[in-house]
Formats: sequence, C-alpha cells, structure tokens
Amino acid sequence: MSNYIGKPLSRVDGVAKVTGKAKYAAEFDAPDLTYGYVVSSTITKGRITHIETSEALSLPGVLSVITHENRPKIAWLDMSYKDQDAPPGSPFRPLRDNKISYSGQPIALVVAETFELARYAASLIRVDYREAPHETNLDTNLHRARKPKSGLASLLKPPPPKPRGNFDEVYAASPAKVEGRYSHSPEHHNPMEMFASTVVYEKDGKLTIYDKTQGAQNSQLYVTQAFNMSFSDVRVISPFVGGAFGSGLRPQYQLFLAVMAARELKRSVRVTLTRQQMFTFGHRPATIQNIALGADSNGKINAIYHDAVGETSQFEDYTEIVPTWSPMIYPAENVTLDYKIVPLDVFTPLDMRAPGGVTGVPAIETAIDEMAYELGIDPLELRLINYSDRNMAEDKPFSSKELRECFRQGAERFGWAKRNPKPGSMRDGHNLIGWGMSTGMWEANQMPARAEAVLTVNGKLRVTSATADIGTGTYTIMTQIAADTLGMPMEDVLFKLGDSDMPLAPIEGGSWTAATVGSAVKVVCEELGRKLFKLAQKIPGSPLAKAKWDDVEFVDKHIRLKQNPAAAVSLQQAVDQNGGAAVWQKSTSLPAMMKQKNYSRAAHSAVFVEVMVDEDLGTIRVTRAVSAIAGGKILNPKTARSQIIGGMVWGISKALEEESVMDHTIGRFMNHSLAEYHVPVNADIHDLDVIFVEEHDDIVNPLGVKGLGEIGIVGMPAAIANAVFHATGKRIRELPITLDKIL
Amino acid sequence: MNSFSYSRPDDVNAAVGEISEQTQAKFIAGGTNLLDLMKENVEHPQHLVDINHLPLGFIDELPEGGLRLGALVTNADTAYHELVQKNYPLLSMAILAGASPQLRNMATNGGNLFQRTRCYYFYDTATACNKREPGSGCGALTGYNRIHAILGTASSGNTPQCIATHPSDMCVALRALDAVVRVSGPNGDRTIPIADFHRLPGDEPERDNTIEPGELVTAIDLPAEHFNTHYTYLKLRDRASYAFALVSVAVALRLDEGGQIAEARIALGGVAHKPWRNPAAEALLTGKAADTTLFRQVAEQLLDGAQGYGNNTFKIELAKRAIVRALDMAYAGSTQAGDAYKQEDIL
Amino acid sequence: MQTTLPKQPVTRPAPRLVPTQPVTLTINGTPHQLQLAPWTSLLDALREYAHLTGTKKGCDHGQCGACTVLVNGKRINSCLTLAVMKEGDDIQTIEGLATGDPANPESLHPMQRAFIEHDAYQCGYCTPGQICSAVGLMNEGHAKSRSDIQELMSGNICRCGAYPHITDAIQEVMQQTPKNA
Repeated sequence: MSNYIGKPLSRVDGVAKVTGKAKYAAEFDAPDLTYGYVVSSTITKGRITHIETSEALSLPGVLSVITHENRPKIAWLDMSYKDQDAPPGSPFRPLRDNKISYSGQPIALVVAETFELARYAASLIRVDYREAPHETNLDTNLHRARKPKSGLASLLKPPPPKPRGNFDEVYAASPAKVEGRYSHSPEHHNPMEMFASTVVYEKDGKLTIYDKTQGAQNSQLYVTQAFNMSFSDVRVISPFVGGAFGSGLRPQYQLFLAVMAARELKRSVRVTLTRQQMFTFGHRPATIQNIALGADSNGKINAIYHDAVGETSQFEDYTEIVPTWSPMIYPAENVTLDYKIVPLDVFTPLDMRAPGGVTGVPAIETAIDEMAYELGIDPLELRLINYSDRNMAEDKPFSSKELRECFRQGAERFGWAKRNPKPGSMRDGHNLIGWGMSTGMWEANQMPARAEAVLTVNGKLRVTSATADIGTGTYTIMTQIAADTLGMPMEDVLFKLGDSDMPLAPIEGGSWTAATVGSAVKVVCEELGRKLFKLAQKIPGSPLAKAKWDDVEFVDKHIRLKQNPAAAVSLQQAVDQNGGAAVWQKSTSLPAMMKQKNYSRAAHSAVFVEVMVDEDLGTIRVTRAVSAIAGGKILNPKTARSQIIGGMVWGISKALEEESVMDHTIGRFMNHSLAEYHVPVNADIHDLDVIFVEEHDDIVNPLGVKGLGEIGIVGMPAAIANAVFHATGKRIRELPITLDKIL
Repeated sequence: MNSFSYSRPDDVNAAVGEISEQTQAKFIAGGTNLLDLMKENVEHPQHLVDINHLPLGFIDELPEGGLRLGALVTNADTAYHELVQKNYPLLSMAILAGASPQLRNMATNGGNLFQRTRCYYFYDTATACNKREPGSGCGALTGYNRIHAILGTASSGNTPQCIATHPSDMCVALRALDAVVRVSGPNGDRTIPIADFHRLPGDEPERDNTIEPGELVTAIDLPAEHFNTHYTYLKLRDRASYAFALVSVAVALRLDEGGQIAEARIALGGVAHKPWRNPAAEALLTGKAADTTLFRQVAEQLLDGAQGYGNNTFKIELAKRAIVRALDMAYAGSTQAGDAYKQEDIL
Repeated sequence: MQTTLPKQPVTRPAPRLVPTQPVTLTINGTPHQLQLAPWTSLLDALREYAHLTGTKKGCDHGQCGACTVLVNGKRINSCLTLAVMKEGDDIQTIEGLATGDPANPESLHPMQRAFIEHDAYQCGYCTPGQICSAVGLMNEGHAKSRSDIQELMSGNICRCGAYPHITDAIQEVMQQTPKNA
C-alpha cells in the first residue's frame, strides 16, 4: 500500500485543463471535416407542411440539408432508440416525420464546408407549419395527472411505498399541524460546454465519434441500434466533458444528426448545438408538491402527507423519487405518499443534479421549519427529536448515518446556538439577517463495472474503464486507488476513461461512480497484484517463494513480506519474469447484494445558511453557509470539497436564481440564453464552508465511499428558504425566490 | 449570421461616405451587441464599416469645464479614466455596473448608445416582435414580460406596440448628467441632447433613437456640472453582477451650503424604452432637505402613469423603493453600489 | 391562443457569399496566416482555423466568458469580435501563457499553477477563460480586495461552481506578485 487515499491531492488532469490541452467533443479534428447546424422548430405542436431548402442548397459549399423528407432510412422500432437511461415510452427520434412535438424540436440539419456557412444556410430555410393547440403549463393541467408507466427505469426509481398507518385520522387529531404547496420552475442543466459530436468517417465506413456524454458506451449502444451498425464499427470517445450534471446521461440529438450526416455524405461531420438549443432537450421538470405534517406537542411528527406532480413529455414517462424522501428522513408512523405525472408538449425531462432529491427534500425540509415555528421548537432540535437510524420508506436500518454528528459539527461551526428564533430579529442597516438550516440526503448506490489493468514491461501501470469524468475528479481518485492498491507512486499510474472500447462501466451519474468504478479499479489491481505475486514467486531464489498472498503487501513498487520488509521483490522484477510481456488483468466488480440488501445506504448532510435580505428592495445574498457531510470515506478531500462547494453553488442557484421560463401562450422557453437564464456569478458566492464528518461504512461498498456529486446541493434550497423566512417572516414556497417574491 | 463585406476606413469622412454608399451597411466598433444580434439573425447588415481605426479614441477636457468622451474610447477606459472618476463618478459607477470586464473592454461609448433591447421576443426570431418585424405583434405583451417596460409604452392604438426597455446602464447616467451626443453625417455635424437621442416606441418601435441614416456618433460631451459629491447609481437585478437591470436609478444631487437640495436629477433604467426622467418629480426636491416621505412622493411622481403587464408589475413598487433608497444614499454622500455586502480583505 | 407571427419574412437581399481573404493574426507571438471571410469570429478563427482549441465556446454570445482571450493585454470575449478586426493586434490565448514545455509544471504561468493548487475548476471547460480573465484582471490593476476580485471575475461563469477556489487562486497570485511588477 501507498497512502494516497484520503489525501488532498491536486488533479492528475490539472495541467491539461489549465493549459487548454484537455480536448472536448467539438475539439477533435478530422481531415475534410464538415459542419452541421441544426434548424429548430419555431412552433410547439403541429405538422410541417412544407420545408423549403433550395435557397440554402444554392450556396456553394453547402453539402446537404437533411430533413424528414429526404433523410436516409433509420431503425423502425422504438426499442432501437432506447438508451440506458430511457424512461418508459417511445423515445424521440429526430427527423422521424413531419410531426412537431415541442418547441425547438430539430427539424433539419444543414451540412456545409464551414461552420459559418452552415449557420447562414440554416437561416435561409423556410418552413410552413400547420399548428395544433398545445399544453405546456403544469399548473393548469393538474387535473390530467396520472400514475407513470413502469419500466426498467422503475427499478432505480420506484414509486412511493404504500400508505402506512392512518394519516387522515392521526393528522386530524394532531395538536400541531402545517401544510403547504411547494413548487419550482423547470431548469436546464446548461453545462458550460454545449452539446457536440464530432463524427469521424473512417475509410472503411467505421465511425470514431467524439461525443459529449456521461457514458461513451451508452452513446455507442444508441448509435449501433438506431443505425443498425455493429459495435466494432462504432467507437465513442469522450476523454473530457465540459460539465453535464445529468444532461449527458442520454445521447442528445446532435449525436444522431451528426452520425446520420456522416453516413450519408461519407464525410466527417461536427455538430455543435447553440446555447439556445441547449434549452431544447431534457430538463429538470417543473413539480408541484403538497405536504401536510402532524406532530404532538413534544415535536414528534406522527403524520406525513406528501404528494408530487411532475411534468413529462407526450412520448416518455420521466419520473423522479420525490415524496419518498419524507419517510426516508422522518420516522412517522402514519404516512401517505403520492406521485403522478402530467404529459405536456415539452421534451422529456432528464435527470439533473440530485433529480427528485433536490425537489422532494427542500419541500419537506421547509415544512419541517414551518413545524418548528408552529411548535416553538428550534429547527435543529425538532430534527433531533425526529431523528431516525432507519429508513422508514424501506423499513431498513441505514448502513451508516452520521447525520447527528453533521448536525453537531455544522451547528458549532456556524454558531447556530446563538440564533434568536424570532423572524426579523437580526439586522445590519437595511439588511435583515436570517439563519436557516436543512437536512440533505442522497442515496449511495453501487453498480456493476469492469476495469482493466496492465503493468507494462517498463513498470508503469495503466488502468482503464469506460466511465467519465465530468469534473468530478474520476481521473484523480481512480489513479489514487490504483496506486495505493499496488503500492506505486501516482506518477507511474495512468488511468484512462471515456472510450467505448474500454471495459464496461455504467453511465456516470447518481453519485455512484466513485463506489462503482472505484471498486472495479480496486478489484482489478488486486487481481493484477495476485498475478504479479505469482510471477515474483517464480523468480529463482525469490524471498517470497514460500509466502502466502495474505503475508505480502505492496509498498514502494515492491511486493514484500509484511513481517519482513527486507524480503521484497520489485514490481519491475515481477514483470520481467513474464517473458518480456506486460502483465494484464481484466476484472469485474459487483455490488455485494447479499451484504447490502438488508440496509438502506445513503449520504447525509446538515446545512446551515445565513442570508442578508434588503428589507426594501428584496435582494438576497447568501453570505455564508456551512455544509457538514456524512459521505463515507473521503478519497480526496480536495476534489471532494470542490464537489460539495459546487453543489452548494447549485443550491444557491436553485433557491434564488435559476428557472427556465416558458411563455405558455406559444409553448416556448423564452430566457434561452446565459444572459437571461441566471446562474450564479462569482460575485454571488461568498463564504462556503465544508465539513466532512468521519463515517465508517463497510457495507456500502469495499471502499466505504458514498459519492458526493449530489449531496452538496440537496440541503441548500430549504436552508436558504428557511433563512429567508427567519430574516423576513415571509415563507416562500415557490423556487426560485427572486426579489419580486420578497417585495 | 449572413455573409457581409467589410471595410476599415481610417477617417470619419471616409466612414460616413462608405456607410452612405453601401446598401444595408452598419458601423461596427466593439461589436458586442451587433455581432450577438447578427448571430441571432435579428440584424442582417450586408456590409460592415469597421470604425475602430478612426481617431475617436480621446478623452478631452472642454474649455468651459466639461469633458468630451471620444466615441471609440472603451467603456472600461472611460470608467477608469482619472477625470471621469474624479469629476463624473456617477458615470463611472454606472458603466462599471454594466456587463462584464471583458465586454467593457470591448464596448465603446458610441456603441453603448446603440445597444438594443434585451427583450426575449426581440431576440427570438420564432416569435412576434414589432421592433424586429414591424406589424408582427408584440409577444411580450401577452407573454413573459418580467424584464419589460412600465413607463412610456403608449402608442396611438389601445395597446402598446412595444414594451421593450433600453438596457444600458451608462446611458442612464448620461441622462442624469444631461450629456450631449455629437454626430457627423452626410449633411455635416450636429449635436443631440441625450434626452432626445433615445425615443419612446410609440408607433415606430423599430426606431430606438433619433439618429439619421449615415450619421456617426463621434463623441459624447459631459457638461461642466459634475455632481461628484452627492450621487449614486443603484442597480437591481437577478444576480449580483453580469445581469441587466430590472430597475436602476441614477441620482445626482447638488446641495446648498445649508444641506438643502439645490438641484436634483433622477434617471431610471430598466423601466422604459429610454432612460427615464421626470422634471416635475425632480423639482419637488428643490430647496428641500432629506426626508423619506418627500422621497417617496418624488418616487410616486416619477412612476406616475406606470403600467405593469403581469410579470413586470412588481417593477412599479420596486422602482419607487429604489428611488427612495438611491436618494437616501446620494444625499448622505455614501457612494456604495446596490450590493451592500462587502468583504474587506485588502490584498 | 396564438400571438400573431410574422406574416412574411422581412425582405432580404438574395443570398450571396463574400469571399475569404488572407488574414494575419498574431497569436501568442506567432503570426498565423489564415484564409477567412469577414464573418469568422476571432473565437472560431482560433478554434476552427488555427486549431487552438484551448479557447472555449460556451455560448457564442458574450454571456459566459469561456472564450476570454487577451488582446493587447486586455481581456475580451473572442466570440463577439471578428477575426479580421484583430489584424495587427497581439492576441494571447491560454496556449501562450506557459513558457516552455507545458508538461513541466515549473513552466506554467503562476495563475495556472494556482488554479491547480486550489482546485479552481472541475470540468475544466471554463478554466482557460477564467485564467485568461484572471491574468487580464491583474494587468488591469483595479482589484484591491477579495470582493473586487469577485466582482471583476463575474464575467466568467463556472457552472461547476468553483468560484471560491477561483477567487482563492487569484488572491494568492496577487499577494505573491509585487505591486509594481
């Protein structure tokens, strides 16, 4: 063992990122590359009656305009368009026919010799439509809410559990009650890198595709199915991803269009979406929730009602886990939950950072704050009164849950004990100061994955797995795990990812990559180590000849006896013993289902926030926030802190700034730019503090990690909304809390 | 973006000559708004006359005490210019409240006057917009109009033709300072008071200003009155920086020796098709001392006739409160911007 | 209900293409002769014609700062200027900040080193723009406090939310840099 795990190490891909050498999907060159530009529907629903491309085609250098009328034949069955993250339903197929299902739908691809020419030619395409009435407003369509269809996706997103106890009766008799309606607007992921695919058309018709994706193999699967190609003819590469936050969990339409064009023209094609077009695919669905809580006078919550209605498209049933978070956090005996969806004329929603979690948890955590005021109990105290070591949605104990310690350390760091509960009791000039808190929670899953490890003849270790690094630090932590397992310096270890030719890994989402791919890397390195050990034993006069596997350890590039470090064989000597060939291992790691199944596994957080609200003008600043995280073993506190801080910034954004606003008259998102879709800028972000609480868990996975991609955001919105209440006495249940809601 | 030809003259007469000779030609300086709109297919010039090489990069003191800002001086160089910071801190403050450092390094003083509205519908060619396509209707009126105008939207018909706002911060300060725009054109040179430079939409929302075809802004003159002790620019927006104003207020006060207001100027941004002033409201302050009730009266008067269209109705009350706050700040001589939260780590 | 859509598109002249012309751009001290039409932005010239993809396209409308480069030492959004307008100017991109071999950490610009040290990035896509912007901020010399840095770095959006670390990195480099340097 070396001991990189747990150290705050700088990223191994840092130099590439700060020098501009890191290459993203639209940055790979190809000989005779052509450029595709997407034409988007200007109507929301109806049919294309005519599409006039002659003017565009008249320009020299315009190679093709592909529309539903002239597109090549593509796969017929819905099944062929199902990617690994497809919800139940019939996936959207670009250019399928003349039907328009949502505003901004791609209706043509112009391919030209240059980007500028393709963009210009796209502006010359004239489209006639026959419009049909559309429905895009969740609020006015609640009467159409229905249960979602179930499918494969339901395994990861089960419907809420059946009612327990008798909510109605117990609620009616509760001395303390609160109820409220909570809602938020749709949101778009808006990673900084716009979706792009560079499809390189090889001489033999094979495709090498540089795609922006959270799963190179998911994109590969999609292309092979939709275009009836063999896996060996489609390779998808994605070494760097300029942010994704869930948007890369499904292949986006530029991939389909670029592949179609490349095959049609037999040339390499790059298609990059515009920022406006980044608002024309999946998004966090608008959701409306109702919560009612009943408690006894000691603060024990006995009755919980939580329902949610989310939007979906007319073609797929996207779902989230929303009300189920209530019993996952609070152990009430009388619980009724409900979850429904309303199909609207929009694109299918798509998992966006902490999908469902940062919808359901902020609602229940706001309601809990309301209950604290109803009862006159401190909000932290109320949470401790209702603390549970069991997940009552599944009725299982948690494999570990150091939330109590998060509360303690977070409250101490923040100074929560000094809080005067009275709203409006703290001020600085015109600014009202408020303190709020919230619990956060996110599941800690592990999926099956494979990895390959090679110790080269010159003693370098190369480890690969087809996962992704969307900024999460995958490159770095996998390098740490591999280096530690084989006792090598990190400089001698190269971890590669983002290539469909690499060993199988699941799409990179759900905060499961550290656990999933990390376990695979650990296993493959251990098994490679066994091979190296056997080779070391074969060396004539090997000091390890009689040793057993359990007797040795891997330290400083050597295999040595634990009891006698002088008895050692170097890894170089071991590989030299392999007849001039590298030593190679490919392994699979599977979750220990038998061990895990009796436990609920989750990361937790306690979040404390201070806001300043201008009492006249309604402007809100989050002046400081503390997130105390129980996220299992922290592999790299430096990159881990970045993930949590990023999540906290997202929480500020969700609570105060971001929303995709649709003009329902025309069924179109209108603030489709980064000037008008507000996400925080540097000046919005002040003092953010992260505490990692010690948490040991040998059930969750062999590494004891829980994943940190989502837990940072989940607790923030309610902590902010509760702080705004504490500052102003105004309870805002509709996110984002823009200044007009405070006035 | 359509294809266009390009030229780069190096004197004003040549530039004015070229713009008149070419069909659908436009001047380009910083390009920050024009290229943005060309990419959106909102603007489609056939020829661009690059004026960056014209000798308009000066900031000169005027004999009678004012300052002449060359049209091609960047917003950043203007805001940080010693004489602007000393004599017209209101202008500096307003400029620095706008856009981003990168954009301020590109955008020019002349170009800032020509910024077009940020109305979502104006920018989106899939929607109706009388400013972009006269006669097509106004999508904002019945649509999403959070950022839209509450003042000066009247047209000859019953419903407004356009409820777009002017997006500039700089121009709000220029309006408060009574700046004068200098132009050269095919018919020679002329000056336009800033109050007359931008216009209300009326029945011709496609016209943002009163400049004539072929005319080129060469400079902006700031009068000798500095207002450099009691002033503020208060900008309210949806995030702390790099966002357009929901409402902004430029206040310039001259106090007499007894601390009473001798002259008041109040210009509003984000509320109308042009920076908004109301002399009658300003006059209420003359000869008065600071008084919140009076300030509120002034605000009521300034917002007289204001009308909301749904999502933007909150702006009426917001503007009133912002006016009161800005008057308070200016009167007190505290020059802080809207962001009251400041960390004081000195580097 | 529908709003009235434009009945007919505004009359525009028949499509035509303005030919390319040789344009010489001095990028990181090296002249690059490119064949460009006037409509090519500086950003696209860098990425698609000079194959310097370190400068990023995050919105193409001056609303994110990912395309920030230094022109004559000042930071600008390369997406909102035409390449042809920058002939004769000194254009510096992220590729030109390190001196010598970029694989050697010692050759990195202090701002690049500080970004690595402070983990002032996650996905890395906004990073070249952030770093060029930070170098521009120091060239401009108007930031006197941490809150000044924050305000004057607000033209660079980081969707990953690395802002506190970005500010830390810049603050450290500023503190280490002599005032008159």
